[in-house]
Amino acid sequence: MIIKTRRRSDVRPSDITDEAVYLRRREFMGLAGGLALAAAGPLVGACGADLMSAGPAGGLLEGQSPLNDVKPRVVATDEKQNTFEEIASYNNFYEFGTGKGDPARYAGRLKTSPWKVKIDGHCAKPAEYLLEDLIKPFELEERIYRLRCVEAWSMVIPWVGIPLSSILKRAEPLAKATFVRFTTLLRPSEMPGQNDSVLEWPYREGLRMDEAMHPLTIVAVGLYGKTLLNQNGAPLRLVVPWKYGFKSIKSIVRIEFVDRMPDTSWAMQNPSWYGFYSNVNPNVNPVRWDQRRERRLPGLFQNHPTQMFNGYGDQVASMYANLDLKRYY
Amino acid sequence: MIRPVTLVKPVLFVAALVPVGLLANGLVNGNLGVNPAETLQVETGIWALRFLFASLAITPLRRLFGWNRLVQYRRMLGLFAFFYASLHLLTYIVLDRYFDLSGIVEDIAERPFITFGMLAFALMIPLALTSTKGWIRRLGRKWQLLHRLVYFSAIAASLHFVWKVKVAIGEPVYYAAILAVLLGFRVVWRFRPAAASKRGRPAVPSRQVTTPGNHG
Repeated sequence: MIIKTRRRSDVRPSDITDEAVYLRRREFMGLAGGLALAAAGPLVGACGADLMSAGPAGGLLEGQSPLNDVKPRVVATDEKQNTFEEIASYNNFYEFGTGKGDPARYAGRLKTSPWKVKIDGHCAKPAEYLLEDLIKPFELEERIYRLRCVEAWSMVIPWVGIPLSSILKRAEPLAKATFVRFTTLLRPSEMPGQNDSVLEWPYREGLRMDEAMHPLTIVAVGLYGKTLLNQNGAPLRLVVPWKYGFKSIKSIVRIEFVDRMPDTSWAMQNPSWYGFYSNVNPNVNPVRWDQRRERRLPGLFQNHPTQMFNGYGDQVASMYANLDLKRYY
Repeated sequence: MIRPVTLVKPVLFVAALVPVGLLANGLVNGNLGVNPAETLQVETGIWALRFLFASLAITPLRRLFGWNRLVQYRRMLGLFAFFYASLHLLTYIVLDRYFDLSGIVEDIAERPFITFGMLAFALMIPLALTSTKGWIRRLGRKWQLLHRLVYFSAIAASLHFVWKVKVAIGEPVYYAAILAVLLGFRVVWRFRPAAASKRGRPAVPSRQVTTPGNHG
């Protein structure tokens, strides 16, 4: 499918810093190929070489591997992208603490390899996959999406991933599968935030079947051309760009086809603040936040008008044609 | 020659300006993190609360330990609380609301954590205005009554903090607990005068009555 390039009046067309990051990445990926970095490997199928040995040359951070064979950029926005550092240092990932800096501080101790993902429920081919086997059959794509947090801030992030629909189709969902439930890893020894009863652990999320199959919905395994750092939801996370960020569940261990609307963590915690759908919507303002405007980080002012469906309405609005969005927020 | 104790006030004054100095410096040099607006808002708010609590700690410290000298710093602490609360409010009006007056009114009406934040600030205004020697003299006994508003301001500020967060754990709860202790002393002393230390100034009229001729 074609993802439209959108223009905004306030777009700044060039950004030296981000472009530089891009160039470095490309250069590295070239290098990587030369170094037989198919080893990047778990994610692209090959295996064997020591990934970290390529670290210094490629500017990889601890815990990162390069991703190669990424399909050319699929541009979903041409707005200025946030820097890698911004994306990796300001996170909501309560499994590691409630402060924005906590995930970057504490997520390092989480072991993401080996990683298994169970896909079950109402489907013909339930299975438990090793991460590499789950991803291997599919081509990685770059998707540059706006991320809109329910806390009224936003970023622009170049994810690398695969459409969720590819993964779901392989399991051959049955007709009675009307929703998909996702679950995050539960491992308090490596996720210190799970020792506090902030939320009912493990974190869980859900999508309606059509939302899950929508081509904009991806499972991301990387950003800026490298594997995800733990604070960004390694090794795999959901990205649903037209919904508030908390719908994009991180560090997924289970994907389950179900026949009724599943409970979701934040809606369980405070149903008047968070709904199941949680579509970005400037016209629905629950008690806690005024969603009409957002702050595009690292900007100072919350003066960026919030777009309906985070600007992806032309592709997703039809799914909600018969839904009262004020009631089903 | 200057006695060391006379230096306390100017040193305290400068120290109280350090947080705002660091924030201003961070803003200019771009090292307030990925969300500088949030850093400014959170830090000015928390310092307002700290100074407010410090001013509320003076009376218990005097009564418990007889540190009567502390009372001379109370006004400064209270005014710094007002100073940081003003900056905090400014971050909201300018950075969050971008001077959108109708949005602000809506917030006050519909979002309890903002209602209470505004209430906490509003209650501080008369206290700041009447903090001068002239007003203290003019209001006499009524001054003390008026300044009891600080209790309500502190309670509103704590509720504002607790309701602001998505999940009430950690810092906001600790601050609320500290306030409960600070106000708890007053409640206890009000209903059980004997619990008050004898080293402090006479705590309640009933004790003063037992020492005839000590006041007019």
